[in-house]
Amino acid sequence: MTVAPAPSLDELRARVDQMQGRPAAQPVATHPAFAGLLQLQTGSSYAVDSASLAMALMAGPSADGAWCGVVGSAEFGLEAAAAAGVELRRTILVPAPGEAWLEVTAALIDVLGVVVVAAPADISGKDVSRISARLRQRGGVLIAYGDWPRCDARVSLRDAEWVGLGRGHGHLQARRVTVEVRRGAGPARTGQLWLPDQAQVIRRAEVQPVQLRSVS
Amino acid sequence: MVLWAPDWPIVAVESSASTPAAVLHKGQVLACSQAARAEGVRRGMRRRDAQSRCPGLALHDYNPDADARAFEAVLTAIEELSPGVAPLRPGLCAINVPARFYGGEAEAAAIIAERLVRLGVWDVRAGIADGLFAAEQAARRALAQDSLVVPAGGSAQFLRDLPIDALDDLVGAPPASSASGGMVGLLRRMGLLTLGDFAALSPADVHTRFGTHGELLHRMARGLNPQPISRRQVPPEFEATLMLEPPLDLAEQIAFSVRTTAEKFVTDLAGHGLVCTTVLIEVDTDGSLATSRRWMHPRWFGPTDLVDRVRWQLQVDGAIRAPVDAVRLIPEVTEPLGDHADSLFGGGPDERVERGVARVQSIVGHEAVVSVSVQGGRGPGERQLLVPWGERPVAARAVGLPWPGSLPPPAPATVYTEPQQAMVVGAEGQAIGVTGRGMVTGEPARFRAAAGQDWQPVASWAGPWPVDDQWWDEAAARRIARFQVVGVDGSAYLMIVERGHWWIEAKYD
Repeated sequence: MTVAPAPSLDELRARVDQMQGRPAAQPVATHPAFAGLLQLQTGSSYAVDSASLAMALMAGPSADGAWCGVVGSAEFGLEAAAAAGVELRRTILVPAPGEAWLEVTAALIDVLGVVVVAAPADISGKDVSRISARLRQRGGVLIAYGDWPRCDARVSLRDAEWVGLGRGHGHLQARRVTVEVRRGAGPARTGQLWLPDQAQVIRRAEVQPVQLRSVS
Repeated sequence: MVLWAPDWPIVAVESSASTPAAVLHKGQVLACSQAARAEGVRRGMRRRDAQSRCPGLALHDYNPDADARAFEAVLTAIEELSPGVAPLRPGLCAINVPARFYGGEAEAAAIIAERLVRLGVWDVRAGIADGLFAAEQAARRALAQDSLVVPAGGSAQFLRDLPIDALDDLVGAPPASSASGGMVGLLRRMGLLTLGDFAALSPADVHTRFGTHGELLHRMARGLNPQPISRRQVPPEFEATLMLEPPLDLAEQIAFSVRTTAEKFVTDLAGHGLVCTTVLIEVDTDGSLATSRRWMHPRWFGPTDLVDRVRWQLQVDGAIRAPVDAVRLIPEVTEPLGDHADSLFGGGPDERVERGVARVQSIVGHEAVVSVSVQGGRGPGERQLLVPWGERPVAARAVGLPWPGSLPPPAPATVYTEPQQAMVVGAEGQAIGVTGRGMVTGEPARFRAAAGQDWQPVASWAGPWPVDDQWWDEAAARRIARFQVVGVDGSAYLMIVERGHWWIEAKYD
């Protein structure tokens, strides 16, 4: 007689969520460069501090067939987004929602998979919890460009190093950055990324082993 | 009745017949004007030969589409006088003679010729006979602006004396082409020099020797041409109009009333297997046109799409100052329904997204929700293409062209809609600029990205890349030079220098 393997903690949690009538958080396709750093999940919100990071996070779900919306940013660089892997045909822009940005964001969360919002500085806690409730209910992903209270993870860029530009010669070609993902109060995960590399692809940067050079 | 405008390719390319002109097709003269003919230019002549006969000859390339387009105006003019025109080829068309209405065959031809002369077609000739072939031959033998009437039953008599080469015209093909050209040559070698000689042969013999096509030509030569003309269908009227009695002045009310009209418009088109992809919406107030706008749909217009467009057009500030009494939907571009059938997995945005976006549009307005793509251009700002949701993106500039002066990738992630003012100075704090010859006056050492920010040392920079944009247009001309500047903290900017001032055009963040 065989004994069924004991369900794991995650499976039990999912079952509890199911019984409570709340859709369980599902993993969302994420750009492979973020493997080990961050896995996007439905119903979650993420704060980023750079437009190209927001594009890199959008690229995964967008390439997977999700519709994306960008609220409140008329400066969104479309060519860079397309190069990052965002499908522009499935992207909707609301450049200047003005006072109505909260309603617009909520309405877009209802129908789109990913909503990127350039949040105003004075966002209230009440608005955030309303948006979060809507996100969990609809299974959307919110990427806030700027600060977003009580987000699931904060993704930030550090130590950007540009390749290709000299003093008066060359042109920008590639950028090597350190991405830091901070969840709550836990320790931050960091990883080195090419954002983008010389072939305009976003990928993990191999950590170069320390090379010793003989000096005489 | 057959109407013939000689040298139609010449008439189509230019209106004056006084200068010698010729239309070339594959290096041979396809048609030439009367003046050129007087100089000795003939059909089928090579370009060199034609030019040596007549050095002042104006040469044009053969463009069948332009011919057909120019002839369309003639067809429309004839249709106004008598419906059921059958275009045979550009320059040649056939109609049933409206003899009774105009009091005679020659009179009808005169009236049509008069109408066409008023249109600018000076040389038009009419031929009237029982059959199409005989009528065409009669038209070729008529004088300019005149007609030649072959009496009923007299076709065989008329055709008897014509040379056998007349069969060449029948096929309507370019000269020296295909089967019939060979056949006419063969008949001539057989000693049959007139149509009468050919017609005297027995039909069975002709069929045995020349097959079905030969038999058809034989019937033509005998004047038996029962082949009816295939008339052009008068295009049905798809325009839909909503008359409002009493006039309304609220956009919502009008949009509500226009629903049934929009449904009828779409079903009428669908009944002919068509969908409308571009519509012109005209709104009348007080009996005169108030607004008119062309809307293009990314796919095709359904009834709700049309109602939305009407509402958007009316909601624009100042669009309606007085109560509206009529709304007209005019299809500008229609396409076959089959080209737009939904694919198995659906085409275009799914319904849910469309509904959600419509809700957002109802909050912030139609123009505030945009769909995006990339177009061609030199600066990053010119390369952004934002089109209101629900309209078809039309790129002003092709993206595939080389665009000299544009920057190599990576593209900046933030492209400012309005450039931000910046300051860049050299090591001693002196202003840095670009000379008229595109040389930078010093090495940038520090920069300030915005007025309130701290100064930051420049880690690396490159430039200037001068752009001399639209120098031919005094109002739009711009001379700028672009720089890429990276600060020590890793922030990278695309800056421009214009008239000694520094601006941040985009940011690589």
